[in-house]
Amino acid sequence: MENEKSLQIRNVIQNNIKQRGHRADRLMPVVFLMLASISIFTTAGIVLILVTDSIHFFSDVPIKDFFSTRLAPLNAKNPEFGILPLINGTLFTSLIAMAVAIPVGLTAAIFLSEFASEKIRRVVKPIMEVLAGIPTIVYGFFAYSFVTPILMTLIPNLGAKNVISPGIVMGIMIIPMVASLSEDAMSSVPKAMREGAYGLGSTKLEVTLKVVIPAAISGILASFVLAISRAIGETMIVAIASGSSKNFTFDLTQSMQTMTGYIVEFTSGDAASGTTGYYSLYAVGLLLFLFTMLMNLVAQYVSRKFREEY
Amino acid sequence: MNSHPIDIKINPKHTNRRIWLSSASKYLFSLSTVFALVVLGVLIYRIVSDSIGWLNFDFLTNNLSIFPEKAGIKGAIIGSVGLMLVVIPVTLILGVSTAIYLEEYAKKGKLQRFIQINISNLASVPSVIFGLLGLAVFGRALNLGSSILAGGLTLSLLVLPIVVVSSQEALKAVPGFLREASYGMGAGKWTTIRKVVLPVALPGILTGSILAMSRAIGETAPLVVLGIPTLILKIPSSPMDDFTALPIQIYYWTLDTVLTAEYANLAAATIIVLLGVLFILNSVAIVIRNKFQRSF
Repeated sequence: MENEKSLQIRNVIQNNIKQRGHRADRLMPVVFLMLASISIFTTAGIVLILVTDSIHFFSDVPIKDFFSTRLAPLNAKNPEFGILPLINGTLFTSLIAMAVAIPVGLTAAIFLSEFASEKIRRVVKPIMEVLAGIPTIVYGFFAYSFVTPILMTLIPNLGAKNVISPGIVMGIMIIPMVASLSEDAMSSVPKAMREGAYGLGSTKLEVTLKVVIPAAISGILASFVLAISRAIGETMIVAIASGSSKNFTFDLTQSMQTMTGYIVEFTSGDAASGTTGYYSLYAVGLLLFLFTMLMNLVAQYVSRKFREEY
Repeated sequence: MNSHPIDIKINPKHTNRRIWLSSASKYLFSLSTVFALVVLGVLIYRIVSDSIGWLNFDFLTNNLSIFPEKAGIKGAIIGSVGLMLVVIPVTLILGVSTAIYLEEYAKKGKLQRFIQINISNLASVPSVIFGLLGLAVFGRALNLGSSILAGGLTLSLLVLPIVVVSSQEALKAVPGFLREASYGMGAGKWTTIRKVVLPVALPGILTGSILAMSRAIGETAPLVVLGIPTLILKIPSSPMDDFTALPIQIYYWTLDTVLTAEYANLAAATIIVLLGVLFILNSVAIVIRNKFQRSF
């Protein structure tokens, strides 16, 4: 019996060795490398398309006109492609979102990491995950059909499309991201440091504010920057709730269009291939891409630069 | 040794204040989580109450219509299913292969790091940019227009980083001794991956892939950028057909509320269907994670 088993194993080994150096072992790494390179081609494709179509755009529209406040892409006689109204819209919606997401997200992270019991954490964390998993289109519907009408009763002259409501809802959407990234940073602060501070007679609040947050500051700041990047790139909430006004204004109670909102509005209309309007999508897209990439680089820099090693 | 006597003056009032402040701050900080909870509750309550009376069997099986009372989302459901039929095989093949290459074959070096950084950068590109990529490459250059295939391929590239990263985690978690046992039996690398590593990593890979699917099924912006027409009365029958999908339908109906308030009810009912699908997908992912994850 014992002998038979070892014979079987020997057969398996013999078989395996015969198959070794089999074509598969030389072929598969190449196949996998080819499939893995698709992700590189995707990035290269994004950059290439954004840049080449932007070159088409800038051969029609001088850069001076691109950085102007006049935007009227569908004007048949004299279309104008100034991007500043879109940058304005993006800036204000993102600022409002940050004003909601940073304080709420950070305090939620502090609560979960330092104050909450294991029991509460087990209830709250899944809820945060659910909030993070809701599609942005649902938040868009919520902003437009629920938050805006409520705000309209509070703020006189608030337009049905405005900047405040999508800003707030976008902030709510980003809370889980800030909370979970900041909490990761705070809970990776070594316990010994907290205990040292407690040993010197600190209260929980003092430990949090004077030991944990300074030690975790790199991760916390990085989470803020990533949140900004997320807000800049967010599309459906602003496309629905902040509307498509192309005026250059600072009035938050009225409609403003963001860069993402412009792309969505303009393609779902009929942007015929090869027109300046079609290429303008890619010029706006390129700028959007550069903004978010810049934010990601800043986040990486911040988390390296301010990292405290323990 | 001359030691200075330490002069500690404890002011009980001061200490009490510090302790009070600390315990009060706990409640202040907990408010933020209460806020998140309340928002989630209000959101779901609002959507459910909007959809009551509208979400019924007819709504699921009717075609689109310009009359809100008759409109249904049969086409959108079929469109979303069609998208998934493209996204699932494409992302599984590309994502798992990329993960296998990075974890099993690639030497630690420049190329491996380059691909890895590239994937984490791709994950942070706004989805609307993927829409522009899809529009230029699949829509225009390959002439797929705004078909299911074009939409599915665009979404596949969008969620690819999620599948790659989660598959990498699953492969990393396979203990080294399993591989060594396999090599010890004389098996080659590919045989080891195919017969030992992948079966063990499969639950982790599936969990990550299902989460990626639930991201793809709710994604709207890239599809809108592809130029999905507003009203499609024909049910798609092939991957080359124009289509509408659940999130697209929510988008157009939300915009249509300017015309009639009833469109908000249609949008809410569609959201319930979408959230239901997401709930099922996530539950399946959790079950797979808990049931089939082997520990060594």
